Amino acid sequence: MNEIFIKQNLAPNVWLMGIYSPLVAKKAKPGQFVILRVTQNGERIPLTIADFDNEKGIVYIIFQVVGKTTSLLSQLNPGDRVIDFVGPLGMPYEHSPEDKDYLFIAGGLGIPAIFSKIKMLHSQGKNIDIIIGGRSKENIFFENELKKYCNNLYISTNDGSYGKKGFVTDILNELLESGKRYDEIFAVGPVPMMKAVVDITKRFSIKTLVSLNPIMVDGTGMCGGCRVKIGNEVKFACVDGPIFNGFEVDFDGLLKRNSYYQDLENISYKEHKCKIGLGE
Amino acid sequence: MDELKRVPIKEQEPVERIHNFDEVCLGYTPDEAAKEAQRCLQCKNAPCVKGCPVEVKIPEFIQLIKEYKFKESYFKILETNLLPAICGRVCPQETQCEQNCVRGIKGEPIAIGKLERFVADWFRQNCKFEFSKPQPNGRKVAIIGSGPAGLSCASSLAKMGYEVTIFEAFHKPGGVLYYGIPEFRLPKEVVEWEIENLKKMGVEFRTNMIFGKTFDLEDLKQEGFDAVFISSGAGLPNFLNIEGELLNGIYSANEFLTRINLMKAYKFPEYDTPIKLGKKVGVIGGGNVAMDAARVARRLGSEVYILYRRTEAEMPARKEEIAHAKEEGIKIVELVSPVRFIGDESGHVRALELVKMKLSDPDNSGRRGVKPVDGSNFVFEADNFIVAIGQSPNPLVKKAIPELELNSNGSIKVDENLMTNIEGIFAGGDIVTGAATVILAMGMGKRAAQSIDRYLNLKKHKNL
Ligand SMILES: Cc1cc2nc3c(=O)[nH]c(=O)nc-3n(C[C@H](O)[C@H](O)[C@H](O)COP(=O)(O)OP(=O)(O)OC[C@H]3O[C@@H](n4cnc5c(N)ncnc54)[C@H](O)[C@@H]3O)c2cc1C
Ligand SMILES: Cc1cc2nc3c(=O)[nH]c(=O)nc-3n(C[C@H](O)[C@H](O)[C@H](O)COP(=O)(O)OP(=O)(O)OC[C@H]3O[C@@H](n4cnc5c(N)ncnc54)[C@H](O)[C@@H]3O)c2cc1C
Ligand code: SF4
Ligand code: SF4
Ligand code: FES
Ligand SMILES: [Mg+2]
Repeated sequence: MNEIFIKQNLAPNVWLMGIYSPLVAKKAKPGQFVILRVTQNGERIPLTIADFDNEKGIVYIIFQVVGKTTSLLSQLNPGDRVIDFVGPLGMPYEHSPEDKDYLFIAGGLGIPAIFSKIKMLHSQGKNIDIIIGGRSKENIFFENELKKYCNNLYISTNDGSYGKKGFVTDILNELLESGKRYDEIFAVGPVPMMKAVVDITKRFSIKTLVSLNPIMVDGTGMCGGCRVKIGNEVKFACVDGPIFNGFEVDFDGLLKRNSYYQDLENISYKEHKCKIGLGE
Repeated sequence: MDELKRVPIKEQEPVERIHNFDEVCLGYTPDEAAKEAQRCLQCKNAPCVKGCPVEVKIPEFIQLIKEYKFKESYFKILETNLLPAICGRVCPQETQCEQNCVRGIKGEPIAIGKLERFVADWFRQNCKFEFSKPQPNGRKVAIIGSGPAGLSCASSLAKMGYEVTIFEAFHKPGGVLYYGIPEFRLPKEVVEWEIENLKKMGVEFRTNMIFGKTFDLEDLKQEGFDAVFISSGAGLPNFLNIEGELLNGIYSANEFLTRINLMKAYKFPEYDTPIKLGKKVGVIGGGNVAMDAARVARRLGSEVYILYRRTEAEMPARKEEIAHAKEEGIKIVELVSPVRFIGDESGHVRALELVKMKLSDPDNSGRRGVKPVDGSNFVFEADNFIVAIGQSPNPLVKKAIPELELNSNGSIKVDENLMTNIEGIFAGGDIVTGAATVILAMGMGKRAAQSIDRYLNLKKHKNL
């Protein structure tokens, strides 16, 4: 159990891993996530279930190395194990059968959170467009995998080294301004990106869902650390989400909460890098 | 020696202990325990026993201590209490066994809890746990949740020959004993020892297994479990639902204590989970959870204030914990109720607006109500706040079994045999009673084991 089955480098600091966890694979649904621990002294971190293979019992995760725990994870190799791997957590993605036209927008590490949804909707014959974006050409990954499941794939890079220069929201704006319409738009990525998407889709009154990433501990509704403001209510993202109606999310509040431990996280990561010889 | 007074027990000095997480109470030596045991009058009607929810054979085990027969004493306690090292430490003795002690009429009651833990600690340090496995009866029971209710149910069933599997959502078993009650009050070593013993008895622990997510009733059926005991606790933290509660720097006690106890955030960066606490901390609440949170915060170096709606006399926390908290320099602000949190630009909490409260006359139940004093609002500044105003049953289980009948407060409804409205599914502990005590949860676990056994025997009988 919890053995790493495959490992693949997708982009600088971005890894795909297939982890053997038949119990999680059996129950997983698009939109859900796992919580894992890498070492005995390690913290619990949530990662989206990017894809799953019930027959082989494998759960796929895609993660970016941003701090100590993701760095430790990236150092594991096929045959190694993560010590804890629990899930599937959160509410599965739900969509109304009548909806036909979908637009998915993934910025940064948003791709794992859209991939399994797209696969599912594609198998149901829905029309899917996708916008992905990154800083530069080297940060764009999964292009070919996504193409298999959509009608149009639009790409933006901030520096213009690939696709359209600018942000995913520039493409979104263009599409909508040119009269293109969707039954549902699903956006996932950095908080400011999701906020910018919602600012646009609100103008066009198109239903917009987002997948949130607050700081979590247990992932079962036990600590309340992941609380987010949705409309006038406080919700626990790990059990009520992570998918919410984008029009109701308090993005500014979420952004502030996510930065709370940054100084300590930096200490932790710096010390770790020194230990493995990457320190400045 | 003064017969009216307890043999004093050694404790870490407050000035010293606020700098570490080691246990506060150091326990009796064999001679001290025997001396305290001498004070017991061996009352024929033993009122102390009636005060104990599981009716520990108090005069008998104390008599054995007098005779230095500690091992025998341990087994005497074990006849009714499966976790003496734990109950001896965390039971609210002053309102249970010790409240009824005849010695308490004129002087100090016998230190029943301290004697109980002495015997259990002595056994743990000097003897090996041995267990002769009974003939397996071929039946399997699944237990959901590894807190005291689940552990005691497992132990009782294992002794009857059942094959028992405990499913636990977290990566460590023990429930609140592990992630809630701090090390300085209940060393994790004690909890781990009990869990190791259960493993030796053949009980299987499966961690990282969330009922309703990783597995469900159908999976349990397919695996051939004959009955299920739900002991998933009261894990949902209550919030105040006031303005500003999402500001950074405000923790639920659950989050704060889980980071500390389960994730060992107090050892950051040796352990990866961070915790952040400023110079001044306000803890809202007056129960055991509030005391634990406050005392942890003190050990992290903060100046700590407990903010409570009523007065110290009405606090539901154990008297010993309140006394220990005060010795450690924690201040209690009585008769105040939170109105709203006030934050700064960066989204960090800076203060809490409080309103002063006034006690009214006791109602029929003898509890005194409180009401706010108009216009008495004031601002209490602090760097962090910890909300410890209670827990409710976690709705995960209900979501997984929609047909399960609940009470209006979300707890699971059971009959006198602790069976739910679904045949073969039993429940006990905090998920049934709402947040209560270790000994009550433990007692229910044991009762459920007896009911499960009766139920399965009857079922077999009917099928024949
Ligand atoms: C539901 C959910 C799904 C996610 N899915 C993915 C995914 O598929 N791929 C991916 O690369 N990342 C994902 N994340 C984010 C991922 O959890 C963080 O990148 C990771 O925890 C960082 O840990 P670290 O120690 O490496 O970095 P750190 O240096 O500790 O933290 C970097 C940043 O990550 C966030 N973070 C830190 N600790 C936690 C925590 N316990 N819980 C949540 N966020 C935290 C904070 O915003 C922090 O500033 C997801 C988060 C959530 C809540
Ligand atoms: C901080 C604190 C201090 C306390 N101090 C005292 C004290 O001094 N004295 C005293 O007598 N009592 C005290 N209590 C109360 C006491 O701890 C509880 O009453 C007791 O632990 C309840 O036992 P339980 O077995 O019902 O549940 P818990 O101990 O809550 O255990 C429930 C277990 O079930 C697991 N679980 C939950 N949902 C699922 C699921 N869906 N699938 C799988 N597993 C699941 C949880 O992770 C947990 O491990 C305290 C409580 C707290 C929080
Ligand atoms: S179990 Fe608790 S109440 Fe019973 S005798 Fe022991 S300390 Fe007292
Ligand atoms: S009531 Fe007190 S003195 Fe009497 S038997 Fe019980 S513990 Fe001993
Ligand atoms: S992570 Fe603890 S309640 Fe959501
Ligand atoms: Mg981290």
